[in-house]
Amino acid sequence: MEGDIVQMGAYIGAGLACLGMGGAGIGVGHVAGNYLAGALRNPSAAAGQTAFLFIGIAFAEALGIFSFLVALLLMFAV
Amino acid sequence: MAEESGGLVIKPMDQFRVESLFGGDVSWYTPTNVTLWMALTVLAASALMVFGARGRAMVPSRAQSAAEMTYGFIYKMIEDVAGHDAVRFFPYIFTLFMFVLFANLLGLIPFAFTTTSHIAVTAVLAFTVFLSVTALGFILHGTTFLKLFWVSSAPLALRPVLALIEVISYFVRPVSHSIRLAGAMMAGHAVAKVFAGFAAALGAFFFLPILAVTALYALELLVAVIQAYVFTILTCVYLKDALHPAH
Repeated sequence: MEGDIVQMGAYIGAGLACLGMGGAGIGVGHVAGNYLAGALRNPSAAAGQTAFLFIGIAFAEALGIFSFLVALLLMFAV
Repeated sequence: MAEESGGLVIKPMDQFRVESLFGGDVSWYTPTNVTLWMALTVLAASALMVFGARGRAMVPSRAQSAAEMTYGFIYKMIEDVAGHDAVRFFPYIFTLFMFVLFANLLGLIPFAFTTTSHIAVTAVLAFTVFLSVTALGFILHGTTFLKLFWVSSAPLALRPVLALIEVISYFVRPVSHSIRLAGAMMAGHAVAKVFAGFAAALGAFFFLPILAVTALYALELLVAVIQAYVFTILTCVYLKDALHPAH
């Protein structure tokens, strides 16, 4: 068991890094929710804005991906 | 990565292992399952476009309308997002979309290998986009391409700070571009495998996880298409920055 404390720290850190995905979830939900709210007010303009919806979701999601990357690095690289 | 809980052993990451097709060690020239599924991806995408578009019927068959609709969809996306002068890069962007789409979809076949679940594969795609777009920006605009990082609409005192942020976000692009696709594919397939493992362990209640896997599979189909779409639309966004760098 000796020397395993680094491994333990890496596992705990990987778990903590996954909390960052919650922030990405809030961001993606915010983008999609606001899109839906806008689309319901002006349905005729909604179709033209789906590209921006996906770009916004992709940028919000990128930050969650960084936390996922940190978790992966801790699991496999450290 | 084995998770053990009382006799139940689920190995969700085993499906992503790169293995030689004919046994033996894997080196750079060995035909592996990645080679096989990548070749199948190219064949499937080419078959749809070649055989689908060959008929040129006035009333299109199913394959022809699928081919024409994807073509028109990507064409319109490039025009909308990157502008009309980006249309000359249509072949490259359309190839990217078809490759990623078919790699994602073929990966959903049971026992198939998802090539896009490997960061090595998506990083090559993303870094090719990144390097070619950056080179294109410098070729078209010379050093004025660097105005991309100098936000001239902001107050003068803020501009150096913004420039730093813009430079960092520019160089982070290929990382997020590649890991988004690989992460989404890997996570979805691993979750499906974990639920399939529950079905084996639950005995008489095996149908509950199977229902969950069925729902997940439908979600994965959606994710496969959306991730291909997002990968392509981000390529268009980066291309727009290279064509029109001024803020």
